[in-house]
Amino acid sequence: MLAACFTKTDCPEVVCSMADFVRLEYDIDGENFTSAGEASVKVKRSLRQMGFDPETIRKVSVSMYEGEINMVIHADGGKATVDIYDDRIVIVLADRGPGIPDIDLAMQAGYSTAPDNIRSLGFGAGMGLPNMAKYTDEMKIESEVGVGTTVTMVVKV
Amino acid sequence: MTVKELAETLDLKPLAEPDTEREAKGCYAGDLLSWVMGRASADEVWVTIMTNLNIVAVATLADVSCVIVAEEAEIAADVVAKALEKGVNLYTSPLSTYALCAKLSTLV
Ligand SMILES: Nc1ncnc2c1ncn2[C@@H]1O[C@H](COP(=O)(O)OP(=O)(O)OP(=O)(O)O)[C@@H](O)[C@H]1O
Ligand SMILES: [Mg+2]
Repeated sequence: MLAACFTKTDCPEVVCSMADFVRLEYDIDGENFTSAGEASVKVKRSLRQMGFDPETIRKVSVSMYEGEINMVIHADGGKATVDIYDDRIVIVLADRGPGIPDIDLAMQAGYSTAPDNIRSLGFGAGMGLPNMAKYTDEMKIESEVGVGTTVTMVVKV
Repeated sequence: MTVKELAETLDLKPLAEPDTEREAKGCYAGDLLSWVMGRASADEVWVTIMTNLNIVAVATLADVSCVIVAEEAEIAADVVAKALEKGVNLYTSPLSTYALCAKLSTLV
């Protein structure tokens, strides 16, 4: 149903449009701090076009933005994949950054390793991962030090 | 009230006004972006002293009705251009965050 009304012509990020879901993919540039967040803004626009309710859109935008910024600040960029089903939206953020040594610690509100120059821009409150957990129905972090991190989030519609 | 009425009432200096007929409801003040992302609600007025480009993405995603930069902090041209492009109403004011919020409390 979704895919039928939302095709590649509507949105260049659509990489495949199968029977039951639409996939959007983005390369997140780790060098360009000022454009950080653009993929999330595009996803928000697409979800709006597809007619999702504001609450669902907000949950997806907030959690994807936090994850996107984390990939830029902590991991040199990566790849974002958003699969949109009728009843849920699945966001996968994968990077080849340094990994997270202690995931429980990283999840704690207020914990941050952001450097001073990043903090002066208003980041580094240590609230990104807690926000992601709060705004999604499911969240999984897989991380290996020296290899990278993959965050999978599910927002139910 | 609308963003336009609010701007006139508070004598805000307009930097980008792409969508001033929007209704402003409530207010959130803060400079740490993840707090703002997590706590600001749609249609609120966001008061901050942050001026870097990332405030535009945060304002878009949190869906605030406008951003007021307090203390007349200087804002670069690329931030203004981005705000226009993304449809974010952006203002400055010489007032402090506290003074702005005190006035906003009776308005929105
Ligand atoms: N993709 C990642 N790769 C490596 N480390 C990460 C990644 N994401 C998060 N971290 C680690 O987890 C910590 C907490 O992340 P979180 O997003 O909660 O806070 P923050 O990014 O430091 O600050 P904020 O999100 O409030 O601006 C980070 O400081 C960093 O050490
Ligand atoms: Mg973060």
